[in-house]
Amino acid sequence: MSAHTDLNTGPLEYRSHEGRMTILGFWIFLGAEVVLFSTLFATYAVLFGKTADAPVPAELFELPMVLIMTFLLLTSSFTCGIAIHHMRRGSLKGLFVWLGITLALGLGFLGFEIYEFVHYAHEGASLPSSAFWSAFFVLTGTHGLHVLLGIGWAVLILIQLRQRGLTPVTSRKVFVVGLYWHFLDVIWIFIFTSVYLIGMVV
Amino acid sequence: MVSIVLVSIAIVFVLTYFKKWGWLWREWITTVDHKKIGIMYIIAALAMLFRGGVDALLMRTQLTLPGMEFLDSQHYNEIFTTHGTIMIIFMAMPFLIGLMNYIVPLQIGARDVAFPFLNALSFWSFAFGAMIFNLSFVIGGSPDAGWTSYTPMAGAALNPGPAQNYYLIGLQVAGIGTLATGINFMVTILKMRAPGMNMMRLPIFTWSTFITSFIIVFAFPILTVALALMTIDRIFGSHFFTLTGEGMPMMWANLFWLWGHPEVYIVILPAFGIFSEVISTFARKQLFGYKAMVYSMVVIAGLSFIVWVHHFFTMGAGGGVNSFFSITTMLIAVPTGVKIFNWLGTMYKGRIRFDTPMLWSLAFIPCFVIGGVTGVMLAMAAADYQYHNTYFLVAHFHYVLIAGTVFGCFAGLTFWYPKMFGHKMNEKLGKISFWLFVIGFNVCFFPMYFLGFAGMPRRTYTIEPEWMPLNVTASIGAVLMAIGFAVFVYNIYYSFRYSKRETHGDTWDGRALEWATTTPVPFYNFATVPKVEGPEAYWILKEKGGTTYEKDKVEPIHMPSDSGIPFIMMAFMFVASFGLIWEWMWMAIPGIIGVLVCMVIRSFDYDDGFYVSVKEIKRIEEKAREGEQ
Ligand code: HEM
Ligand SMILES: [Cu+2]
Repeated sequence: MSAHTDLNTGPLEYRSHEGRMTILGFWIFLGAEVVLFSTLFATYAVLFGKTADAPVPAELFELPMVLIMTFLLLTSSFTCGIAIHHMRRGSLKGLFVWLGITLALGLGFLGFEIYEFVHYAHEGASLPSSAFWSAFFVLTGTHGLHVLLGIGWAVLILIQLRQRGLTPVTSRKVFVVGLYWHFLDVIWIFIFTSVYLIGMVV
Repeated sequence: MVSIVLVSIAIVFVLTYFKKWGWLWREWITTVDHKKIGIMYIIAALAMLFRGGVDALLMRTQLTLPGMEFLDSQHYNEIFTTHGTIMIIFMAMPFLIGLMNYIVPLQIGARDVAFPFLNALSFWSFAFGAMIFNLSFVIGGSPDAGWTSYTPMAGAALNPGPAQNYYLIGLQVAGIGTLATGINFMVTILKMRAPGMNMMRLPIFTWSTFITSFIIVFAFPILTVALALMTIDRIFGSHFFTLTGEGMPMMWANLFWLWGHPEVYIVILPAFGIFSEVISTFARKQLFGYKAMVYSMVVIAGLSFIVWVHHFFTMGAGGGVNSFFSITTMLIAVPTGVKIFNWLGTMYKGRIRFDTPMLWSLAFIPCFVIGGVTGVMLAMAAADYQYHNTYFLVAHFHYVLIAGTVFGCFAGLTFWYPKMFGHKMNEKLGKISFWLFVIGFNVCFFPMYFLGFAGMPRRTYTIEPEWMPLNVTASIGAVLMAIGFAVFVYNIYYSFRYSKRETHGDTWDGRALEWATTTPVPFYNFATVPKVEGPEAYWILKEKGGTTYEKDKVEPIHMPSDSGIPFIMMAFMFVASFGLIWEWMWMAIPGIIGVLVCMVIRSFDYDDGFYVSVKEIKRIEEKAREGEQ
């Protein structure tokens, strides 16, 4: 444990030994998350088409809504990048604004997802309907839950930024939550293609 | 069950009587010191070894004579299930993680692990996970579907009630902590090494920890998902593994063993690391073929992920699939063989000392070879149709798990014991317990190979008359092992009372950095971190007359503060888990909220630890080093 900053160059979040270790640890954690989602994807693939008496996905999936969700999430990843850019320039205000926009977009995404789930349930496709729908809801639901946690977490960090401004610690936290956010975006791209697009054509 | 309640009451009573609650809280429950956490892991693991061992004795009693009515079939099912689960998840892994916790930061010359707070969290998640699992014997019934919990047998339709939920949630809670441990050690080893310690100078136990951490990070999320899916199946009515709704029970077997096979290497590789350390120390030679050791571990780790189907060759996968997995499985014998030859090479022309840790390591080699060779026999898919689910398998996996992991844990504990507690374990008692245990082990499990050939199935609660002689032999062996274990535990007490206190840190004339600091180890580990100039850092340091206390180079040391949050957070997790197990959402939801609140509090916690002053360091070092000159 050495708290002294052992480097004075480079981005703020990398300027302490702790900061570097946390960021490395988080990358490894993301590796574990990749395994987690891969397992869920594999499960989904195995159970694909096992809809029993419930509706098949092509009957329910709607391209426009999924496109909107994708648009919201991709844009939020972009705005999150801008937020980090402002952080690098030392602009707390820019960071605030763009991170705020990011969270708003994330909330929008969640809103659509909840709407989607409720809608499907009305049409007779919910978690207990069949193996396929179980896999669908657990895969997309896990992603959604991650988004929700990401939003809650980022809000906490915004509060801390208010209290403390940009320090090696707060900037490290912002950077890490940013990584997380991009990661969720990447996962969504896989969900979009392998769940929705394939589900619509097959 | 009664015993669990009585022991708990006794502990509470003793603590209250001696007014030790505050001490317990300050010194242990809130600690983030890797050494104390390591010791807590080991104590818990020993307790679990006892519990699992009692289960084993109960089973062996039931199986001694044909027509025994000691346990009924349901009870037998519950016992082999909890025995297997506890031994692997709550005994073997925590024991090794405990040793890693204590030793790895010392071996790399670090002050602590990378994330001390997270480390405490990991420990408490394991401890509460184990508590949840053990509670199943007291309230609501124990899981009875085997430690593999195959569906549909373990599903809600065939296995209603909370029993199976204990398994799912107990493992889930403990698993989260294990994952965190894996991440923690990877970062620790990558980022906290003393100056000059490059990766190819790492002590081999640290290498084994590093590779094990990799396996943990890539295997445990699979378990997390598998357990979660079955939990959702059971509690919320989904259809992953059910027979209805087009679910696929077979998928459980795949997911389980995709994690499960790497898991057996999680409990074997660190043991390999321990044996390597012990053998080179007691043969008084540098480890032979260091690089080959490292690469073979890497290869084993890689292969461990592509063999899982060998656990269900007989479940209808088809010839092509079976052949593939048969071959990958047999391949593992190659790097393992390399390691065996390296150990033998290390001893060749060494001046061997036969202290207890060395005895455990020596006994490991032939026993493990027997286990390994029979493993290759099992790996032949066609032949496996003959041995599958017989006692041949039971003999095989106990040969590798006990000779590998349990001997390794005993070797490691006796080896590092003086470092941890400042005195050796008594050699004479150590040898008695060693011989009892090793002889008992062979008497117990060797006959089981033949029982397997004779067709005695695994997980049977009663035996045929013609299997009796070998079963009687096995039970005698089990009793010998139990006595050996009892002597081992008595030895801990005896040594605590009577062993000579150590006055210096280097009990066995060691080679790696953990021996370079004083005994007992100060909480900051090293007053001044040594510069590493080659493999076997301490050996070089000794030859040059260096020290880890260079008086005029002492600087203030930064250390993390203790925290009660890990314990409290996991206590909430315990409440949430109990709610989920009984499907009481009114209890589960507040529990989860408690966990989240703890996370929020932690997020706002900017406590940056404290500095130990130069004066304080000098005072501690001078006192500890008095005896040395
Ligand atoms: C201490 C001496 C031990 C004895 C006498 C013993 C004995 C047994 C017996 C009789 C069974 C049940 C076999 C059956 O009915 O199919 C069993 C199962 C098992 N044991 Fe042990 N055991 C011992 C130690 C261990 C250790 C140290 C481990 C792991 C590190 C272990 C892991 C297992 C596992 C995984 C199973 C399979 C459980 C299942 O079928 O679900 N055992 N053992
Ligand atoms: Cu295996």
